[in-house]
Amino acid sequence: MEKQLVFELPNDLRCIQKTVDFVVSRCSSCDVVARKLRLNFRVSLVEALSNAMIYGNGRDPSKQVLVEVFLQGGSVTVRVTDEGPGFDPGEVPDPTVPTQLLEDRGRGLFLMRELMDEVRFNDCGNSVTLILHLPEDRISEEAPA
Amino acid sequence: MGFQVSEADGVTVIDVDGQLIVGNRQEFRQKVLDELEKGGRKFLVDFTETGYIDSSGLGVLVSLSKKIREVGGELRLSTLSEDLRTLFELTKLDTLFRIADSRQDGLTDF
Repeated sequence: MEKQLVFELPNDLRCIQKTVDFVVSRCSSCDVVARKLRLNFRVSLVEALSNAMIYGNGRDPSKQVLVEVFLQGGSVTVRVTDEGPGFDPGEVPDPTVPTQLLEDRGRGLFLMRELMDEVRFNDCGNSVTLILHLPEDRISEEAPA
Repeated sequence: MGFQVSEADGVTVIDVDGQLIVGNRQEFRQKVLDELEKGGRKFLVDFTETGYIDSSGLGVLVSLSKKIREVGGELRLSTLSEDLRTLFELTKLDTLFRIADSRQDGLTDF
């Protein structure tokens, strides 16, 4: 059965760590393997929240970030929506090419795409949906620690 | 949780306890810059007690490494967990930093 968590966060970077810890703890009943929760999901959710607060909401403390989490047996889906105008994810350069490697920014979207199975944006780019699947052949073999 | 600064064999060692993420990167950056200001040139960031790093954490390591190199120093890393090593490999930052398997290896030949 699908479980859903929905909450609105103040636009405060200090909320990110506790929020991510809480969501990950609630995902412990999901079949997604422990390492994927610990690394892939955790890091991607931090990236999505920090992008929403810093770039989406422009660090504006009067704005909020909407977080929606959907838990199913073999997958975790999280949607993060900010109040900003959005952006074009296609314009973000690859941070691993030599000309970008020494930049101190620009790795968040790349990490989300590398660590999650699916990353989707809405049309205006102010809402990102992250999906992590457990391979079918592992659903019955691996349970979270 | 936090950052502990110590010195070993002439190297400034910074232990990262917990996470290095967007919420605490400025504190980390300031601690390293303070040591640089005091004359430190050899830096080893040890991740033995680190759970995870986000892109902001990776970014601050890159910017500090550049700043330290500008004054003739070096920033090295040590004791990355499998998870952390994965992040450095994905972002190709493993090609930018000298990464030691252990704290002692990181201090050796610095």
